[in-house]
Amino acid sequence: MVPADFLPILVLIIVAVGMSAIAIALSALLGPHKSTPTKLMPYESGMVPVGDARLRFSIRFFVVAILFILFDVEAIFFYPWAVYFRRLGLFALIQIVVFVGILFVGYFYAWRKGALEWE
Amino acid sequence: MIPLTWYLVLSAVLFCIGLYGVLARRNAIAILMGAELMLNSANINLAAFERYVAAGSVAGQVFVIFNIAVAAAEAAVGLALILAIYRSRDTVSVEEVDLLKG
Amino acid sequence: MSLTQAVFILLGGMAVLGALGMVTLRNLFHSALAMILALFSIAGIYVLLEAEFLAVVQVLVYVGAIAMLILFGIMLTRDIVGRASAVRNRQWPLALAVSAGLLAVLAVALVRAAWPLATYAPAQGGVADLGLALMGPYALPFEVASVLLLVAMVGALIIAREARE
Repeated sequence: MVPADFLPILVLIIVAVGMSAIAIALSALLGPHKSTPTKLMPYESGMVPVGDARLRFSIRFFVVAILFILFDVEAIFFYPWAVYFRRLGLFALIQIVVFVGILFVGYFYAWRKGALEWE
Repeated sequence: MIPLTWYLVLSAVLFCIGLYGVLARRNAIAILMGAELMLNSANINLAAFERYVAAGSVAGQVFVIFNIAVAAAEAAVGLALILAIYRSRDTVSVEEVDLLKG
Repeated sequence: MSLTQAVFILLGGMAVLGALGMVTLRNLFHSALAMILALFSIAGIYVLLEAEFLAVVQVLVYVGAIAMLILFGIMLTRDIVGRASAVRNRQWPLALAVSAGLLAVLAVALVRAAWPLATYAPAQGGVADLGLALMGPYALPFEVASVLLLVAMVGALIIAREARE
């Protein structure tokens, strides 16, 4: 592929950014600005909001995110092999198995340590 | 066609901005973000040199992929460290973390 | 100026703008969003370099995973808004001088240098060539990368566990 093949994506980005910019600008220019305390309240399905919206997240989210990021990178390493694995042959297969094997150690570690459980 | 110098200058600009972020910010997460930007600017350099100087080899792209793996590992461990410091010291400002100061 | 050059200037400008926002914005959340802009523009730069796989990886790993992890980190550590602390530390003028000086030196050196440019060849380095390289000459680094990911995983989990207790 050459960069010219990406021209539609560029056009799409420009159109998307342009549309949203126009929409925001128009509503800021034309819309009436009368703010009352009720209007400024965070919208919570019609209920009166309770407490602060900026609660601290549980660290469990973070542990899951760490696992996600590392297995994401693992998938990146798989991809060049996966599109071509017929031509790459047995040696590449062994290589991938070793690669996955090493990462499985980490996976089982996370499993045994309860990082995958939510409680 | 874009001259090679454009890519190199862009990467130098991003690197220096990232360096400023690392040196001047107080928040540890902001410093980590600066480091990620510096890694990214190095990646641009690798890809650009591969395209313009070592055409026909994929060494530059392979290096970039390894670099991205390192950056991901760095982000994971770095943020875990920052969180651990935050839990014990209740701050993410690098100026207030002075446990090693006598 | 050709279209690709115009696109490069657009993307480069977005990347620099995002980077500047990242280091200067007061609200850390906003500065992370500016970082995402910069990282996304760099994916566009990879497309211009005819390294499509890198562009995809950039979006998947940096924009999709690392930026998300950093946003999580910000949400986990942010003091409830209001306690505005200084963005810069005491040595920021020195940091600015060092960065600007390095940029000046680099810019002069990069523009003056005579790079041994290869003749323009249609881009190689499709994903298949990348696979061949990773399974051939770069087989050992490939396996070491998995060890690196393993160590990072175990280390991050141990440290995060410490943070939990």
